Amino acid sequence: MMKFVIAIIKPFKLDEVREALAGIGVAGMTVSEVKGFGRQKGQTEIYRGAEYSVNMLPKVKLEIAVSAELMPKVVETIQTTASTQSIGDGKIFVLDLESTTRIRTGETDETAL
Amino acid sequence: MKSAIWKLGAVGLTALLASSPAFAAVAEAPVAEVAEAVAEVAEPAADAVGGGTAYIFNTLLFLIGGFLVMWMAAGFAMLEAGLVRAKNTSTQCLKNIGLYSIAGLMFWVVGYNIAYPGFAEDSMGLIGGFSGIYSMQGVGEADIDTGYSVASDWFFQMVFCATTASIVSGTLAERIKIVPFFIFVTVLTGLIYPVVVSWEWGGGYLDSQWGFSDFAGSTLVHSTGGWAALIGAIILGARIGRYTDGKVNVFPGTNIPLATLGTFILWLGWFGFNGASQLAMGTVGDVSDVSKIFVNTNMAACGGVVIAIILTQIRYKKADVTMAMNGALAGLVSITAEPLAPTVGQSILIGMIGGAIVVFTVPLLDKLKIDDVVGAIPVHLFAGIWGTLVVAWTGDATFSGQLVGVLLTAVWVSAASAVIWLALKYTIGLRPSAEIETAGLDIHEIGVEAYPGLANQA
Repeated sequence: MMKFVIAIIKPFKLDEVREALAGIGVAGMTVSEVKGFGRQKGQTEIYRGAEYSVNMLPKVKLEIAVSAELMPKVVETIQTTASTQSIGDGKIFVLDLESTTRIRTGETDETAL
Repeated sequence: MKSAIWKLGAVGLTALLASSPAFAAVAEAPVAEVAEAVAEVAEPAADAVGGGTAYIFNTLLFLIGGFLVMWMAAGFAMLEAGLVRAKNTSTQCLKNIGLYSIAGLMFWVVGYNIAYPGFAEDSMGLIGGFSGIYSMQGVGEADIDTGYSVASDWFFQMVFCATTASIVSGTLAERIKIVPFFIFVTVLTGLIYPVVVSWEWGGGYLDSQWGFSDFAGSTLVHSTGGWAALIGAIILGARIGRYTDGKVNVFPGTNIPLATLGTFILWLGWFGFNGASQLAMGTVGDVSDVSKIFVNTNMAACGGVVIAIILTQIRYKKADVTMAMNGALAGLVSITAEPLAPTVGQSILIGMIGGAIVVFTVPLLDKLKIDDVVGAIPVHLFAGIWGTLVVAWTGDATFSGQLVGVLLTAVWVSAASAVIWLALKYTIGLRPSAEIETAGLDIHEIGVEAYPGLANQA
């Protein structure tokens, strides 16, 4: 069994989380710059005398495919490392992963992780 | 000649002695005496550079001032490229390089002769000079009597003409098709601006009848561009989605570092704009005045920036960087009508009031739903009017004379601009379709994106 972990974190926490995950044996991940909102909502900014609200705040999204055994450790590591104890720290989602294929060799599933 | 060199040597030696405190302390009295004596003879000696030497220095001032003002075109381009949205950046860059070049052609074809028509003694001095292209000097020709190369003067005047057109470009960003914009620029630089110049620098109506004073162009250049931009913005209308249900929707600029660089380039160019408007550097007095103009110009900009930072910090609890940039430019525009006569303190005050005008009038234009993308109307028009009127206090002019200059420029430029803008609106149209405007003008008008996305980088 494999799991697909999606984590939305604060951008400045990325390096710390990446190092911590490498430390527990995560072999790879995909990172994107994303925008969104949660309970934090947006914030109000001023541009040339006019107020405007920024509804979508910048975050970083991590996508990590891992074995089912490693998954709890991955979630725990991200949670503890990315937390600042303040609003807007993000969320972690876990999905079942049906299949994995390494493009170079054609290896599949656990061996392709 | 030899004695002049000897005197220069003596001045240098005296300066050396005076700068050495130990030596000066030992021989204080004699050195002071020598310095005094040398100062007496040095001034007329240095002042006496005549003929070819004065011609060379005057021409050099025009050339240096000219290429500094030419570089302001880059400043406008970068300021505007930074303050528009990414999808309209290429269009804005094309408008800026295009308008500069159209101004160059038009000022040669008809502009210069309209601006400097050589009004007859009994003429009202309102319009003239339709004699066509400017006959540039031939190779190796130099008329010492003019005091400068006529080609250097033409070039210096031409870049001012281009500056006027640059002002319009920023206000009308993100929603005007390039063809009607360039047609307007053609008329602005070939006719509207040169006529205003003829009234003052060309010795026409404002100069001869009213003693109007505009040293480097707070009214002639900046207000002229400002009125053309204001009328254009009213006729063109706001960007789609800018004002909805009584609310101002903000479209933040794409690139603040680029806008900051543009502002500094404009600031640098202004030393040519104001400094070289002294028009002469062949005497000790002139070169000193150019230097004082540099100081006053710089200090007015500093005042404009500081007041903009303070006011936005107080009013909005945040210091607005784009307002600070506008503050610098408003300070510069304010001091342009008279950059020589004011004291440093007066210059700072004039610049500060210019900066304050911007902070208060940018939101005012939004209330009136006049969409000025880069703040060119507050900076060039409102601060330009302020700078022109305040010459009655600092310079050699009357308030009524200054007011007539402001009003006459307002009427002529607004009326002429309105005719051209409306004619374009009801013939070829000013705006692209809503679909094109929403997608960004770069793709449809230019075909080149300023910042191509990931998919285009393969």
